[in-house]
Amino acid sequence: MATTAEPPAPGEAAAAPPPGAISIPDFEIVPRLGLIPVAIVFAGLVVAIAVNELWPLQFFHVAFGAAWTIIDLFLGFVLGPILGRLSVPARIEMTTRLMPKMVLIMPTVVTATLAGGWQLGHLLGTVDSSYYHHGWIVASYIVVGCMAVIALGLLEPANIAVLFELKKKQPNPAIIERLMKRFIYTAGILGALQIATLVIMTKIASG
Amino acid sequence: MAERDMPPVTQVGMTSLALIVAGGIYLAAHLPQSVPLTPAIVLLALSALLLAANLFSLTRVHDFAWWRFRQVGLWALLAYAITAGLIEYAFLRNGLSGGPLIVLTLSLVIYALHVPMLIAFTVARYAEPQSRSAG
Repeated sequence: MATTAEPPAPGEAAAAPPPGAISIPDFEIVPRLGLIPVAIVFAGLVVAIAVNELWPLQFFHVAFGAAWTIIDLFLGFVLGPILGRLSVPARIEMTTRLMPKMVLIMPTVVTATLAGGWQLGHLLGTVDSSYYHHGWIVASYIVVGCMAVIALGLLEPANIAVLFELKKKQPNPAIIERLMKRFIYTAGILGALQIATLVIMTKIASG
Repeated sequence: MAERDMPPVTQVGMTSLALIVAGGIYLAAHLPQSVPLTPAIVLLALSALLLAANLFSLTRVHDFAWWRFRQVGLWALLAYAITAGLIEYAFLRNGLSGGPLIVLTLSLVIYALHVPMLIAFTVARYAEPQSRSAG
């Protein structure tokens, strides 16, 4: 099922769609079925922190951290630029399929990485100030802090706002354009910061 | 719909988040040693002030889509309260206590309030003030 939207024109009635109107596929802003895997991941995370053993904590920090890095790099440097060059209908098609998934994936991946990583660091002693790579650990805090502020303050709100705009009977193309630009640029910045994360984490892992 | 003039809620919100992140890094960088809490408390207080200022500046906006702000904000609050709870659980599980725990917990409270506010503001600023236009 799809709704049809067009750029708003003064005094124009929202009746039958004129030729050339943009078709918007039906979508859920937050995919409800996707909440099940999110709940499973969070339950697993709670268990991993509770048992406080190396393997489950390593799994949550490394697997979800890798997912976070790869998604940011792919979105920032591959998918983002492609999205910016697509035609408007193709971009809407892509956005309505990609963005609702991102609403669930990114907070889940980030929370699992950080909570699992903090507990792992406590278990291994790498978060202690006496750890010999302490400077690198603090550098990772700073990089993650910068990424968190950008992602939480700019990217996530733009992601959700563009979905609400696309749900309107008459979405405003200018607003969608502005929010998508914000999303794509911040994704690029996050991708660049993820390169710093890779440098720091590989240095720490190499001893 | 023409875009209305809005206070710099996003910029203020990001500054507020940056302040609690800086406080968190300051505390985390010194663990497990005891560390003067004053810098972290000052950063936390400034962050809380910016949160209050942001809310106040929003209340001064005419024709704001409060219905949409509440709708999005409450769901986002639920989601971010869960993520904040998980991070708090990690803090408690590994024995963080005393002043650092209080400062970090209050920082998480600001995070769990300010991020939903930023999301709700970004959605509501482009919504019609009346719910009749809900799509």
